[in-house]
Amino acid sequence: MNRLKPAQAGTLESNDIMITVAPGAQASGVVIELESIVLAQYGEAIRQTIAAVINRQNVTDIYVKAVDRGALDCTIQARTLAALDRAGAILQKELI
Amino acid sequence: MELRRSMLFLPGNNPGMLQNGGVFEADAIILDLEDAVAPQEKDAARWLIAQSLKTVDYGLSEKVVRINPLDTYARQDIIAIVPCRPDTLLIPKVEKPEDIKDVSQLVAAAETPGQTPVKLIALLETPCGIAEAYRIARADKRVVALAFGAEDYTAALGAKRTKEGAEIFNARSIVVNSAAAAGIQSIDTPFTDVNDREGLLADTELAKQLGFKGKLAINPRQIEDIHKVFNPTEQEIDWAERIIKAIRKAEGEGSGVASLDGKMVDAPIVARAERILYLGRLLGLAEED
Repeated sequence: MNRLKPAQAGTLESNDIMITVAPGAQASGVVIELESIVLAQYGEAIRQTIAAVINRQNVTDIYVKAVDRGALDCTIQARTLAALDRAGAILQKELI
Repeated sequence: MELRRSMLFLPGNNPGMLQNGGVFEADAIILDLEDAVAPQEKDAARWLIAQSLKTVDYGLSEKVVRINPLDTYARQDIIAIVPCRPDTLLIPKVEKPEDIKDVSQLVAAAETPGQTPVKLIALLETPCGIAEAYRIARADKRVVALAFGAEDYTAALGAKRTKEGAEIFNARSIVVNSAAAAGIQSIDTPFTDVNDREGLLADTELAKQLGFKGKLAINPRQIEDIHKVFNPTEQEIDWAERIIKAIRKAEGEGSGVASLDGKMVDAPIVARAERILYLGRLLGLAEED
């Protein structure tokens, strides 16, 4: 599924995360570039949360830029879903 | 009957507020998809509220979501939010019973098998809504309360909004009476000056005096004062206990009417005393029977 258009969701306010998605090169998989105020402590967990949401939507070859301001898991999931939705990725109904 | 002394609005696209909603101890928190969210952010707020409902612990607070009006985004809101099991939806700008019936049908279609039926609160904030208050209150069995929104209402009237609220006196009375006639609760408009504590207390006292069961709140700082006003006082609880004692004694003697401090005690007085004691016990302020 690589008919994504570039899209963004979230803000740079405290407790939020800004997710920008764009089509990745063919066979590049899911590439996540993360900037976070808690990168050392939670960087890996944030990446995993974003990747899990993307994988559940069967989206591949996507570039994600995430700028985190201390978002909780539910916010990371919501902003990733919103970005994918805006990018035109078909969302599985059970996730709604 | 559920406790709705305070119902606190939380902006639906603000993760910080949404994740902390449970710590404010409001009787209900209202995750807002309407006025607090810009049109271009409605979709993102829907995702955020959906995830918050599924994962954030809101404690004992009733989880209410204010959706958008039927003529804008209500359908998308209902499809996204209802399966995430909110307790209640707050429907803005309700003007006729059909609005509630339409929402109820959409909610029924969106509910998942085994889900507790989602309740509805109708927000009346237009002259038409006030004129149809009773029929709206009785439009559907999901409706548990009427709420009043004075800002839009006075704008539509062309009246100046004042702190004293003479311009909304009639509408408030209609909302309270219509809700009571339908056997549901009435919730008063928010007090919008968050820095005026005396004003909030006076406005809440007036709401209680008129018969409202609770008040909308726009800032967590307002909750404690609103509760203070709607909680039964020690004197009220003491009075209620004496009423119940007097009527029980009279009943034991074969009479349905008693006398206390030289005043007649009959069914309406007993009903008021019972409500005070019920509220007092619910809040741990009165002793169990």
